[in-house]
Amino acid sequence: MAAIEILHLEKTYSVGFWRKRPKRALLPLDLVVEEGEIFGFLGPNGAGKTTTLKILMGLVFPTSGSARILGMELDDPRMKAQIGFLPEQPYFYDYLTARELLRYYGQLSGVNARDLTRKVDTVLERVGLRDAANLQLRKFSKGMLQRAGIAQAILHDPKVVFLDEPMSGLDPMGRREVRNLIEELKGEGKTVFFSTHILADAEALCDRVAIIHLGKLRGVGAVEELTAGVGAQVEVVWAGTIVPAGIRAVGAECHVAGDTVRSVFAADKQDAVLEMLRRERLRLISVTPVRMSLEDYFITQLGDLGEMNLLPRAEGATREGSADKSGVNVSTSVKTGATPYSSAGKS
Amino acid sequence: MNRRIFYIAANTFREAVRDRVLYNLIAFALLLSGAAVLVGQISIEIERLVVINLGLTAVSLFGVVIAIFIGIALVSKEIDKRTLYTVLSRPVRRWEFIAGKFFGLSGTLVVNTFFMALGVFGALLYVAHSLHVPDLRVLVALYFIVLQFVIITALALFFSSFSSPLLSAVFTFSLFVIGTFAEDLRGFAAIAHGLTRWLATAAAYLVPNFSALNVINQVAHGEAVGRQLVIYNTAYTLAYTVTVVAGATLIFERRSLK
Repeated sequence: MAAIEILHLEKTYSVGFWRKRPKRALLPLDLVVEEGEIFGFLGPNGAGKTTTLKILMGLVFPTSGSARILGMELDDPRMKAQIGFLPEQPYFYDYLTARELLRYYGQLSGVNARDLTRKVDTVLERVGLRDAANLQLRKFSKGMLQRAGIAQAILHDPKVVFLDEPMSGLDPMGRREVRNLIEELKGEGKTVFFSTHILADAEALCDRVAIIHLGKLRGVGAVEELTAGVGAQVEVVWAGTIVPAGIRAVGAECHVAGDTVRSVFAADKQDAVLEMLRRERLRLISVTPVRMSLEDYFITQLGDLGEMNLLPRAEGATREGSADKSGVNVSTSVKTGATPYSSAGKS
Repeated sequence: MNRRIFYIAANTFREAVRDRVLYNLIAFALLLSGAAVLVGQISIEIERLVVINLGLTAVSLFGVVIAIFIGIALVSKEIDKRTLYTVLSRPVRRWEFIAGKFFGLSGTLVVNTFFMALGVFGALLYVAHSLHVPDLRVLVALYFIVLQFVIITALALFFSSFSSPLLSAVFTFSLFVIGTFAEDLRGFAAIAHGLTRWLATAAAYLVPNFSALNVINQVAHGEAVGRQLVIYNTAYTLAYTVTVVAGATLIFERRSLK
């Protein structure tokens, strides 16, 4: 059985005060997440990640389409007892201590009164908040709140855990701990569905990822599958300083460094390039497939500017709403080759 | 009561206590002590009347202010701060959340009224040096004041389920003021003609009838409150509150939390 099934899920908001205009936050989305998977939901700000999560949590109602979690409808309390949710930039009742907060959520989730104290202590220990258990949340730092958020999401031992930007606000140590925790959850047989804009985390953790942009799904699959196919390149290095004219003609980028030439081109041109080198009697040093990173794939998917501009118009959404949310950032990043995600990924 | 409603109500009560809402009791105690001393010096023969009138009016006003200002934020604050997300993603139905919030604030107001009532009786004892059986009629007036709070809490919750805190405060306070003159509105409707009569009658029966819940003057004069009025007011409050809370639930059930 699939852990999450999303069928033609669509959401259109009305924006404006007097003259209401439709704004499509989510185009028909179809997605299946299998049980036991760590599934990454990637996309820039305003892509539709949080809208999707809010629909799955029953906080926002879809305009059309449906979804099921663990084979049950989204408003089924039996299903909700088996899921955990960490919202983006969580904020909790700040007059409660961490222990009181977790007890409250445990009670609402139907945790047995006899097990509650033990479960609260265990989860506080697990997220590193044992020493802050009796501190009011108003005294918590952003990172501590994030840990409390993760604690409440896993407290009741859910089968499916939804995490919206779980690494947000954490220092490098905290991020590593959360990564380890997500892997532990997978080890326990749980399904983890998390949205992130930190691609390095997704690449390291996820069994599969989906990329969403402007409400539209751009790709789904295992990271290796996504990065292996389209746009695969080969790096060829040979001795000397000569670059045969035909090699540049196939679109290769060539760099002469000392007495070697390094050339990178599309994988399907490999035979032609090697033939040219053979004809020129140049000494081949190496032939290496260049694996696309998830970041490269991500940028390729988001960099389809023609589609980005056409989409909102074709679907009746506002152009400015789309452009200022993500279009400007993306077009800048494509030109400069630096993405807003790369720094976050390396931090 | 369903357990989830109880947990939400208990958390709402805890929030009110920790946000120092009950500190108003200190202000109330100071006000009553000062008034009692003053009344004891300047009133002759009518100390009881003045203290009961002043005390119960203060209980009513303090409670109404608390009911409105906490009530209007009950839902909107949870949405704005997104604390609602982690509640509704659990096996909690939206109507349970609304019911929990309603009972939580109503409970807070009952506790608040209990302590203020102790203050009223304390002041009465100080001024009159003894309590008589007719003084227990104050309890009926206090009961009606609590019923008033319950209706105001329901109204604040209703407006909070779809509008901003500011608008909710304006709507709730307006209904409180109009409801205080509900009997006058009914009287006006009786003598009006045509469309005016129809509109005034509709308005008179739509707004909460707070004038029927106000027996402060009657009690202060030592007059008894009829059993029928107690039953009528109880039934009226129950019906009105259930209707308004059901309306809040219906609206909230359909609301998308952006």
